[in-house]
Amino acid sequence: MILLRLLASFFTVGFFSYGGGYAMIPLIEREIVQRQQWLSPKEFLDILAIAEITPGPVAINSATFVGYRVAGVFGAVTATLGVVFPSLLVVGVLSYIYLRFQGAPLVKSAFAAVRPLVVVLIFMAAVNIGSRTIYDVYSAAATAAALFLMLKTRLNPILVLVLFGVLGVVVF
Amino acid sequence: MGKRSTLRAISLFGSFFKVGAFTFGGGIAMLPVIEREIVEQRQWLSTEEFVDVLAIAQSGPGAIAINTAILTGHKLLGLKGVAAATAGVVAPSFLIILSIAALLPQAGQSPILNGFFQGVRPAVVALIAAAAIKLGQKLLVDKFSLALAGGALLISTLLNPHPAVLILLAAGIGLGRYRFYHKAKQDKR
Repeated sequence: MILLRLLASFFTVGFFSYGGGYAMIPLIEREIVQRQQWLSPKEFLDILAIAEITPGPVAINSATFVGYRVAGVFGAVTATLGVVFPSLLVVGVLSYIYLRFQGAPLVKSAFAAVRPLVVVLIFMAAVNIGSRTIYDVYSAAATAAALFLMLKTRLNPILVLVLFGVLGVVVF
Repeated sequence: MGKRSTLRAISLFGSFFKVGAFTFGGGIAMLPVIEREIVEQRQWLSTEEFVDVLAIAQSGPGAIAINTAILTGHKLLGLKGVAAATAGVVAPSFLIILSIAALLPQAGQSPILNGFFQGVRPAVVALIAAAAIKLGQKLLVDKFSLALAGGALLISTLLNPHPAVLILLAAGIGLGRYRFYHKAKQDKR
């Protein structure tokens, strides 16, 4: 019974969180903290901190954590499946449509217009995150150095991430 | 299912496992890692297809990393690919969070992890900016794409609408443009 409720709750979270990442946080808060009361507000903040310092989408991190808290390993599996299901359904259908009509001139023309926009969206994401994370000389210098490495060398992005992470452990 | 498709499913799982393991900060932050892995190294998608996939991924519900995995997996290997790529991208978070929840629920206060994350943040911003710059150099090459990008920049700075709204709007412009050219061609004949 509790597993079904976990599944339903995280299905809701997954289904209504458009835009991913931080857009999901208010939804998770309303469903898990306010409605189901599976977590106290303080525990919810702890989860967010853990989700921030671990890799992976926030939705998966919180689903796994809450699921485990509520019903152990089975709970973790159930909640994680619940939050992924809506993506599988909706994006699966979109993908089918895309592959089927990819070659049609009309669709090609639509995507040709969408591509420049996607570049802008990515750029805006960098600006938005940057406005929160660049606040002193160190963060500004580190951002500039990482940008230089990414544009002027062939270093793997994973290596750049780990490099600056280790630097952070030393500095902070 | 032949041996080759099984091998491909395994490498899909492996590639998206890497993506899941090194996505710090969520959302669009996974993009440079996916781009390097899927477009540059494996060459599973062309730059254009990759950007199309991103547009669709942002139009669906849920995490962008997961949606990208679903789309890439589907394109390469059908349903089997969807399963392999999705499992790959979810597995690292699931395993890490499960161990933290079971073993050290106080990890949110760990100074080492906090230092690591604080250090990673500026690099994440730089990675995303670099991805935008590189894609821009490849894709913003004519008047039409530059004008669209300029318009999109203006609208998102002033109004900050949801990405899905902008994507639909741009698709509409693309469709309108097609009809316009098509009609112009017919009129000439």
